[in-house]
Amino acid sequence: MNTHLLIQLLVNGLVVGTLYGVVAMSFVLIYKATQVVNFAQGELLLIGAWVCWALLAKYQVPFYVGMPLTLVFMFAFGIAIQIVVLRPMIGEPIISVIMVTIALSTVFQATLKWIFGVNPQPFPQIFTSQSVSIGGLQIQTVYVMSLVVSIAMMIGMAWFFKVSKYGLAMRATAFDQQVAQSLGISVKSVFAMAWAISATVSAVAGVVVAVVNGVSSGLSAYGIKVFPAAILGGLDSIGGAVLGGIIIGLLENIAQYIDSEYLHWGNLYEIAPFYVLIIILMIKPYGLFGTKDIERI
Amino acid sequence: MANASLIPAGDFRTSYAADTTIFPTKTSRNTAILGVILIAFAPLVLTGYWLSVLIQIGIFGIAALGLNILVGFTGQISIGHAAFFLLGAYTSAYLNNNLPIPVFFTIPIAGVITALVGLVFGVPAARLKGLYLVIATLAAQYILIDFFSRAEWFSGGSVPASANPFSLFGYTLRGDKSYFYVVLAYLLVSYLLVTNLMRTRDGRALVAVRDHYLSAEIMGINLTKYRTLSFGLAAFFAGIAGALYAHYQLVVSNEGFGIERSILFLAMIIIGGIGSISGTLMGTAFVVLLPEAMEWISMELKGGTIDRALQLNNNLTFLREIAIGLIIIAFLVFEPDGLAHRWRQIKAYWKLYPFSH
Repeated sequence: MNTHLLIQLLVNGLVVGTLYGVVAMSFVLIYKATQVVNFAQGELLLIGAWVCWALLAKYQVPFYVGMPLTLVFMFAFGIAIQIVVLRPMIGEPIISVIMVTIALSTVFQATLKWIFGVNPQPFPQIFTSQSVSIGGLQIQTVYVMSLVVSIAMMIGMAWFFKVSKYGLAMRATAFDQQVAQSLGISVKSVFAMAWAISATVSAVAGVVVAVVNGVSSGLSAYGIKVFPAAILGGLDSIGGAVLGGIIIGLLENIAQYIDSEYLHWGNLYEIAPFYVLIIILMIKPYGLFGTKDIERI
Repeated sequence: MANASLIPAGDFRTSYAADTTIFPTKTSRNTAILGVILIAFAPLVLTGYWLSVLIQIGIFGIAALGLNILVGFTGQISIGHAAFFLLGAYTSAYLNNNLPIPVFFTIPIAGVITALVGLVFGVPAARLKGLYLVIATLAAQYILIDFFSRAEWFSGGSVPASANPFSLFGYTLRGDKSYFYVVLAYLLVSYLLVTNLMRTRDGRALVAVRDHYLSAEIMGINLTKYRTLSFGLAAFFAGIAGALYAHYQLVVSNEGFGIERSILFLAMIIIGGIGSISGTLMGTAFVVLLPEAMEWISMELKGGTIDRALQLNNNLTFLREIAIGLIIIAFLVFEPDGLAHRWRQIKAYWKLYPFSH
């Protein structure tokens, strides 16, 4: 038993898991508010990361200017996608809506490869010190930063939905669109805002991942990993999504540990979440915290 | 009315048989038969390039047909179709390489085995619907592809598996010209089978499940059975198509059968028309020809100003993906019923010409 490796992997899992949690949270946000399953979530992450990279590395903008610019861009971008592509799809069958987001992800993915090329790019150095020592463990600064940013975003999101007026309007829309509309909430703007916030939050996660691993099209894999996470927690539970993300992150790394120590299959950590996903769907079809769909005839 | 050579003005149907008939008139039946005969002469006229395009349309058309049973008729959605296609390809190659079974038999056997695996993944599908199901099929895609890259005894692992050319009782067919007929035969049989399936109780049950599954269940349709069945059927056709593809390419590898290929299959049926059998083939032709057409356009533009400004030729793969994505979106937004609907409108226009509208 290699304790050091195990702890290292668990820390790794926690960090990656909170990131999954953040992305899953923004995925669930769109689903809850607009009933759209967003297959382009990973691409939103990727766009955020590339835009930030371009600002920092190509145009030599300092980080404290580049990051807010990225966020503003992603906010506008989210609204634009909702208005241009998703708004005409309101009222269409769910299959069409899912297909539109799948097609969007193809378009984004290919466009980004066209603009930025296929080679991974290192992110400019942001921190001066490489690692900090916490309780005898050497942890990379970027990991600490990633954890802090993720938790801050989760708290921000919780505050937004619990306290702020707009968050309450969003929850009301998610609960019942007609009632929300009759109470004077603009459902249109709530939809657009859901996409905008989701895109912005994903972009933050994207930049964090980019700082840790560099920017490459592989980043959009986070969008795929979101599904096990969101399903685990239940598609319409934001808290569940966060927890699901952390569980998936830990699980991946535990799978990697078992793999490297005992099984030697290779690549187990990539596929393990999907096996878990199938098992969960067989046992609890609505996830751990999802609301069960009771249908009235 | 069924034997008249032209449809009378107005839509007179006096029996259920007349309503479900495939060819409403003699003319339409004869045209269809003539069309098949004409296509059968294609290898004598066409060059190798066009023949290979036609074969691809045929093979992918069968796979897309399976997907259309699942998506178009049963209202389930799958983004793991490419994995089943690949499973059929590997299975057929494996059976033919390791057991003394000629390719003629391994193709249907591969279809059946793929269908069985499809049923396994269809079991959770029976309990799930909508997006939970999408995600289950997404998992199927990743799990199967991962299995292929791992199982060296089955698929050769990282080395592509080889497949033998089509053979029957010691007689081997070589070259595109003869393989064209194999694909054509499979294509005809598949499309006839599915067209007839939709005229039976089982076919109507699938449509009922799509339209309103609660009402369907109340009317005595076994939801679990039909949802699982449609998964099995979709996998079956994917398996057949995959097996045909394996013995056409003579080599099978994971390359190009990721999630993008599954999306491409969905694009075929969306462009062709969800829930339309003839549309499936139109959509497949569209999706197969689109990259070819882009290739010609970029060849035309090669060296020109536009080419140099946008570096079109270097980035053709990406442009192809962008085009596919944009076309899917455009069809979903502007023409949700696909090419099949457009075709019906064109027919209606000429039927009433010059008094349309």
